[in-house]
Amino acid sequence: MSTLEIKDLQVSVDTEDGAKEILKGVTLTIKSGETHAIMGPNGSGKSTTAYSIAGHPKYDITGGEVLLDGENVLEMSVDERARAGLFLAMQYPVEVPGVSMANFLRTAKTALDGEAPKLRTWVKDVNGALDRMNLDPAFSQRSVNEGFSGGEKKRAEIAQLDVLDPKFAILDEIDSGLDIDALKVVSDGINDYVAREAKGLLLITHYTRILRYVKPDVVHVFVDGRIAESGGPELAEELEATGYERFIPAKA
Amino acid sequence: MTAEVVEQALEKVESHLHPEGSFDVDAHEVPTGREEIWRFTPLKRLRGLHQDVEFTGALKATRQTEPGLTVETVPTADVRGVSGFVPTDRIAARALSAVAESTLVTVPVEADLAEPFIVTLTGTSADPVAEHVVIRAGRHSRATVVLRYEGTATLADNVEIVVEDGAQLTVVSVDDWADDAVRAGHRHINVGRDAQFKHVDITFGGDVVRNDTTAEYAGPGGSVEMLGLYFADEGQHIEHRLFVDHTAPKTKSHVVYKGALQGQGAHTVWIGNVLIRKEAEGIETYEENRNLVLSDGCQADSVPNLEIETGEIEGAGHASATARFDDEQLFYLRSRGISEKEAQRLVVHGFFNDLIRQVGVPELEESLAATVEAELAKNVAGVL
Repeated sequence: MSTLEIKDLQVSVDTEDGAKEILKGVTLTIKSGETHAIMGPNGSGKSTTAYSIAGHPKYDITGGEVLLDGENVLEMSVDERARAGLFLAMQYPVEVPGVSMANFLRTAKTALDGEAPKLRTWVKDVNGALDRMNLDPAFSQRSVNEGFSGGEKKRAEIAQLDVLDPKFAILDEIDSGLDIDALKVVSDGINDYVAREAKGLLLITHYTRILRYVKPDVVHVFVDGRIAESGGPELAEELEATGYERFIPAKA
Repeated sequence: MTAEVVEQALEKVESHLHPEGSFDVDAHEVPTGREEIWRFTPLKRLRGLHQDVEFTGALKATRQTEPGLTVETVPTADVRGVSGFVPTDRIAARALSAVAESTLVTVPVEADLAEPFIVTLTGTSADPVAEHVVIRAGRHSRATVVLRYEGTATLADNVEIVVEDGAQLTVVSVDDWADDAVRAGHRHINVGRDAQFKHVDITFGGDVVRNDTTAEYAGPGGSVEMLGLYFADEGQHIEHRLFVDHTAPKTKSHVVYKGALQGQGAHTVWIGNVLIRKEAEGIETYEENRNLVLSDGCQADSVPNLEIETGEIEGAGHASATARFDDEQLFYLRSRGISEKEAQRLVVHGFFNDLIRQVGVPELEESLAATVEAELAKNVAGVL
């Protein structure tokens, strides 16, 4: 049983015009076994939340804290956060030329577990994860994300989630750019992960489409760097019907 | 196009890429370091190769394999310039005039040699050495020649390569010198009609290594691929000067050099010159240089240069990039739990692996990957 607590998180980024505040105090708590969805219009701070928790150097944490089972995540390096049990599936997974998926996954698994995975089961595990994402076993010999289609990149992220098995997964717009078939495959993968014991999920999405396949326990609506409203799955249904308009303050 | 027409066209070129060459040493003044072709080179560390130092040493040649080709010693006067090579700088002219005998490697016409011919050339002292090697791949033959350089030496050499019509030749040069070696080398390749030449140019060791690699075409349809990989450590100077002279129509050239630099005073230079002559219609050329800077205090100079005298071509492009680690790549790897050092090691490994996979000689790819691994262990582990 684990808990990920985000308390009054404030984040800014450097721009040409100086520091720009993006998150203005975000508070939410996820426990293992829960699925939270973050929804919101473009620029509301959804992705910033994800990358700040993972420790991307572009984001300055100006206030608040992030605790994983009471440990201060913000004081950890990027790889320490992953070893503590966090996983971020990125909207735009990065290409790493010349490094095979197999080598990458084995290196990551070794770093997470503190020992190399057992050869006997490892290849089977990787091929199984790829197969569940409709990716050919030959994929493990390709360079990380290089030359993958948009959909293949997203499915490869979920294959990593499957193999690396973190405590908490943050999925940043995993559904963007997926056709309906790929969306179903990806959703199945996410549901398989959630069904495991003591896993927490933070699903960030712009559209309600994926929530037909991955059922959230809690839905948060982000507007202008804050949570405007939190609620149950019915909140997503309302957004589907009426959009974000109700949450966006009328411009003066 | 008749031979005469070609000759006239050749003479009309006024590009600075095509300086007047000469076998006469005195036609080449002692460089001062201010000349365009010398401005990057640390002349003081060349041990007089560019001045008048006498050649008194020798390299020891050891043949590792004996596939079906001939190796003979011939009078230099009989073979010098067979590739169309005429020295365009003093070191090349001096090295060529200093030798009376040359080594001639001949791949017989239509021979198909599955096994690479591997020769190790070992230096045992700093006494200056001059060498002239000619490699001739006969018509429609197929072969791979590996020249491995190691040990301590002060070497000025010329390697002339003739790839006859329809032949496929791969030459692998490995500069795996001891830390104190100096080499100023020239390779000139003459690519026949529909012939394919591939050069794999690996540079790891040495204090100063400066290699000129130049190619021209004897007929249409020829192709040249040049893959380079270098790793400059503290204080090391590695310089590659490439020139592909598209002298015939429908010819191709593809050049990719990748290097890593590490440690105070590590300096690499890459000059990638391509000339597309008026008569070279329908050609395709691409050249690329990428440098990965692993620490402070390094310098990578990269100068691609394309001169086009006809617009009637299939394609011409170049790219040059010198960068430190890509933060996004490191973030991605680290977000999966991989430590910063390990992530950096993976990225460097991948940077070179990408190129090694294109070598196309399986037994070499393996040993190259191992050498990169060893360089990384030796260098990256210490500083990163």
